[in-house]
Amino acid sequence: MTQLIQRYEEEMALVRGGAAWTGLVLLLGALAALPWLLPGYYVYILNFVGINVIVAIGLNLLVGYTGQISLGHVGFVAIGAYAATHFIRATEASGVVAALGGPFWMAVFIGGAAAAVFGVLVGLPAIRLEGPYLTIVTLGFGLAVQQILINWPAVSGGRIGMFVPQPALGSFVLGSDRSLYYLVWTVVIGMSLVAFNLTRSHVGRAFIAIRDSDIAAEVTGVNLKYYKTLAFAVSAFYAGAAGALLAYVMQYLEPTMFNLYESIYYLAMVVVGGLGTIPGAMFGAVLLTLLQYGLSHAQEYLPVIYGGIVILVMALEPMGLYGRWLKIKLWMKTWPM
Amino acid sequence: MRENHGGAGPLLEVRNVSLQFGGIAALTDVNLTVHPGELMSVIGPNGAGKTSLFNCITGLYRPTAGDIFFGGRRINGLTADRIAALGIARTFQNIELFSHMTTLDNLLLGRHLHMRAGFFDAAFATRRWWRNEVAQRRRVEEIMDMLDLQSVRHRRVASLPYGMQKLVEVGRALATEPRLLLLDEPSAGMTEEEKADLVFTIRDVQEELGIAVVLGGDDLRMVMEISQRIVVLDRGRVIADDVPAVVQKDPKVIEAYLGEEAMDPARGA
Repeated sequence: MTQLIQRYEEEMALVRGGAAWTGLVLLLGALAALPWLLPGYYVYILNFVGINVIVAIGLNLLVGYTGQISLGHVGFVAIGAYAATHFIRATEASGVVAALGGPFWMAVFIGGAAAAVFGVLVGLPAIRLEGPYLTIVTLGFGLAVQQILINWPAVSGGRIGMFVPQPALGSFVLGSDRSLYYLVWTVVIGMSLVAFNLTRSHVGRAFIAIRDSDIAAEVTGVNLKYYKTLAFAVSAFYAGAAGALLAYVMQYLEPTMFNLYESIYYLAMVVVGGLGTIPGAMFGAVLLTLLQYGLSHAQEYLPVIYGGIVILVMALEPMGLYGRWLKIKLWMKTWPM
Repeated sequence: MRENHGGAGPLLEVRNVSLQFGGIAALTDVNLTVHPGELMSVIGPNGAGKTSLFNCITGLYRPTAGDIFFGGRRINGLTADRIAALGIARTFQNIELFSHMTTLDNLLLGRHLHMRAGFFDAAFATRRWWRNEVAQRRRVEEIMDMLDLQSVRHRRVASLPYGMQKLVEVGRALATEPRLLLLDEPSAGMTEEEKADLVFTIRDVQEELGIAVVLGGDDLRMVMEISQRIVVLDRGRVIADDVPAVVQKDPKVIEAYLGEEAMDPARGA
C-alpha cells in the first residue's frame, strides 16, 4: 500500500513504510544471528563478503554514479591494508591508543584516509582526462602500487610478507572469525548508511549529473574539479577501509594479493549487481564473492566464469541483478495486468 | 524604463569579443549589452555564432579576445560553475538534461548552488542538511507549479516528451535563481501549441520574476513578437541591434537571411 506523502521529510527518508522497516529489522537480525548458525569456515567467507561489499559500494559511487571507470581499485585496497597494518604495529605499545579502546577502529579509519589521499592524487588527472584515458591512469596506478610494494621491503616486508596483529578492545582480543565478523559487518552497515545518505543528497545528485551531462552540471553550478576529485577520494576511502579490514581478516599481507585481477573482480561485482545503485553493488559483491569460494576447487576457471557472467548480465539485463529485481517488483505490484 | 531596474548600469556587457577555432572565426568583435530585466533576442542564420556566444558568456568557451562583464564584474576566465553562481543560467539547443534523474532531481540540481550544507553534513544527514534539503524542495515546488511539471515529478526525464524535456531544462535553469537567463533555441522541435505556452512562460519569467532573458532565436515569428530588442549575428559579426520593427526592415538583415531563405522557403520571417 502506498500512502500519501504529506511532508518532504517523508519523501527524503531512507526507509519508508512499515514493510520496509520490517524487512530491514529482519535483515539486521539475520546478519547478527548468522555467525551463530553457520560453521566457522562460512563465517570466515562472510567476512570476505562484507569486505567486498564495502569496496563495491565505494567503486559504484565512482563508476556507477560519477561515470568514471577505475581499473586500479586494488591499489587503494592495498594502501589501506598496509597503512592500517603499519599504524597498528606502531601504536600497539602506545598507552594513549589503548586508552581510546585499542587501535582497531582507528586503523579502519586510517586505512581509509590513507587511500583517500591517494584517491585525490589519482582523481586530479580526472579533471582533464576522460573515458578510456582516465581508465588507463587508474590501471597504471593499480599496477604501480603492487610493483612498489614488491620492490620496497621496508613497507611490505619483502618476500616474507607482513603479519598483522589481532585487533583488541582493551584486553579483549577480537581473534575469532566470529568477533571479526561483527567488526567487519558493523563497518559494512555504517558505510552503507553513509553511502545511502550521500546518494540521496546534493552530493549524489552532483555525481549523477556529472555522469549524465558534465557541461550541464557545470553551467548549473557544480564545481567539476571538486566533485570529480571528491568521488575518487570517497571511493578510495571505502576501498582503503576495506583494505584495513582485509588485513585483520587475513592476518597476513603480501604484495601478490593485490593484483590486477582483483580490480577487475571489483568492477565485475558492480556491473553484475547494477551500476548506479547501492543495493546493486551489495548484490553483486555477495554473489561473486560466494561464487569465488564456491568454486575454490576450480580457481583456474574463475576468470572465465566471471567473464561469462559479466557478458551474460550485460547482454540480458544491462541494469544488473538489482535492475532485474526492481522490474520483478514492479511486475508483481501491477499483477495481474 | 527597464534600464533603471537594477539601479546601476547594464547587467551583461560583451565587449569586442572574438572567438577563433584554429583558423575559423566563430565570433568577430562582438559587442552586446543586456539590461536588467530585459527580454532580448540574438538571432541569425544557422552557424551565425549564437551558440558560440552563449558558450562564451557561460564560461564553456574562452574568448580569444575581448571581455565579458556581468554586473560590472569581468567573468571571462572564470569557470562555468562560478559564472552560474554569479547569476547566469542557460538551456541548451540540444537538450542537456540529467537523463537518468527524475524531474524533481533535475530541478533540485538547479538548487545545488544554494545548498548551505557540506559533504559531511550530507554523509551523516545532519540537521543542517535536512533543513537545507527541505528548503530547496520547497523552492523547487514553486517552480514546478509555475511550469506545470507536477504531474511528471517522479518521471525519469528521458521518458518525457520532447517539449516537456525543454521545459524541465528551463525549470532547472530557473531553480538556480539567475539574474540572466539564456535560452538557446528553446522552441526548436516544439509543436505550435507548445510554442504558444513557451511564450507565456518566458513572459512570466521576465515580468514576474524580473529575470533578464536572452533568447537564442530560432522561430522568427516568436522572436519578433516577444523581444524588446533584437541583435542579429551573421557569420560571427553583429549586423544589427535594435527594436524588432527596425531590425525587420534592415536591408543587411534581410540579405543575411535571404541567402538561407532562398534555399529553405519553409522558414518564414
